[in-house]
Amino acid sequence: MSTTGKEYNEMTKKASPPSPKVMDILKAFLIGGLICAFGQALNALYTMAHLSETEVKAAVPVTLIVLTAILTGIGVFDKIAKHAGAGTIVPITGFANSIVSPAMEFQAEGRILGTGAKLFTIAGPVIAYGCSAAVVYGLIIYIFGLY
Amino acid sequence: MAIRQGRYTLNLTTRPSILGNAAVVGKTEGEGPLSAEFDHIYTDDTLGEISFEKAESTLQREAIIRALDKAGKTPADIDYILAGDLLNQCIGTSFGIRELGIPFLGLYGACSTMALSLGLASVLVDAKAANFAVASTSSHFASAERQFRQPLEYGGQRPPTAQRTATAAGASVVGCSDPNKPCVEAVTFGKIMDLGIKDANNMGAAMAPAAADTIANFFTDTATSPADYDLILTGDLGIVGSQLLKELLQKDHNIDISRNHTDCGLLIYDIEGQDVHAGGSGCGCAGSVFNSYILRRICEGDLKNVLLVATGALMSPTSTLQGESIPSVAHAVLVSKPQNVS
Repeated sequence: MSTTGKEYNEMTKKASPPSPKVMDILKAFLIGGLICAFGQALNALYTMAHLSETEVKAAVPVTLIVLTAILTGIGVFDKIAKHAGAGTIVPITGFANSIVSPAMEFQAEGRILGTGAKLFTIAGPVIAYGCSAAVVYGLIIYIFGLY
Repeated sequence: MAIRQGRYTLNLTTRPSILGNAAVVGKTEGEGPLSAEFDHIYTDDTLGEISFEKAESTLQREAIIRALDKAGKTPADIDYILAGDLLNQCIGTSFGIRELGIPFLGLYGACSTMALSLGLASVLVDAKAANFAVASTSSHFASAERQFRQPLEYGGQRPPTAQRTATAAGASVVGCSDPNKPCVEAVTFGKIMDLGIKDANNMGAAMAPAAADTIANFFTDTATSPADYDLILTGDLGIVGSQLLKELLQKDHNIDISRNHTDCGLLIYDIEGQDVHAGGSGCGCAGSVFNSYILRRICEGDLKNVLLVATGALMSPTSTLQGESIPSVAHAVLVSKPQNVS
């Protein structure tokens, strides 16, 4: 009697080691938290340097993006992210890495159809659905604002 | 001349020999446990080329040239080259061998390509359709990542069932029977099997049913059992796939291979130390392990006969995105020690 797809699915589940979830969550929390704390420290630093509130709001993410781009470029970011998971993906660092990594990867196909076309392969869906969500959210606020 | 034995197996009566073989690998593979076995280890995974695809082509060409050299042959002596790789339209192979001037039979068997090419090359030589034929294959970690997964520097996590595509190439030169060289006795080409696994990060599980089917067919056709072989060597099932293969063979066919089975994906890396999750994969995994460590042991008579069962997952990034399951195939080649070696 040969194994059915359903039976094999069960066998595969048993044979496949699960991700170490507790450790993954802990590392994501610690490294993600560190990045956010670092962002907060930058915020304080820029405020102390007498930047206006609007300028601080721009300067902090820009700093994080530049640092991520550098770390991605020198091949360090993915080694941190391997441990951090969501801890590096969720903050703006994840967004920066998702743009810089394809930009580097697809240089071989040229500046336009390589780097240019592939720049947003990972971040593209985030931008598209992020903007769509913003529209829906804006509409809800607008409708509630009518009454 | 090949005689069909049972339903699926070809008995190669003239016993074609593997006259020369070579394996070249990248840095990570060169740092693994088989480091001393390879013909050459590249410390730079670009191999000095401007793209990883070109690097893979160079890798495969280098394996072929070295295998030819060890067999004492030149490209002009070779009647056919049977080869393939993982890249779209098999460009790793075709760009790598375009300067060699050998009639080319391009093969796509994903990671089963080493057994597929070696099996077909042996059948051609056995049928006297070729005096000499080359079987080769390659894979490259970086070219496979960019085609099948994410950019190299993307900061993602991989599950424990994922395998690492080996940066490696292997080549064999097959010719008429030579008593001082290992010979190919039989070949079983496999059917496509699909038990519905959809997870492209668990290819060992997707491929195990194909390996189980081909191995069971081989034993039925030849009326032999695992005890008749020194080693049953699967291609790249890794930890998860190897476990599932043993379970499937036991459950469906009452065949126990636990005593003499190993997997190229388990041999090529130090699984824990090199952080490769479930092991190695890629055409070059079976290609390089078989054409170095395994053939050396066969030549020395340390292994008297080895059933190489290379396995291939036949999905593409498109089929995965469309939610399809992963069809797989496995081909078996029985290789025996040289007649003059006791």
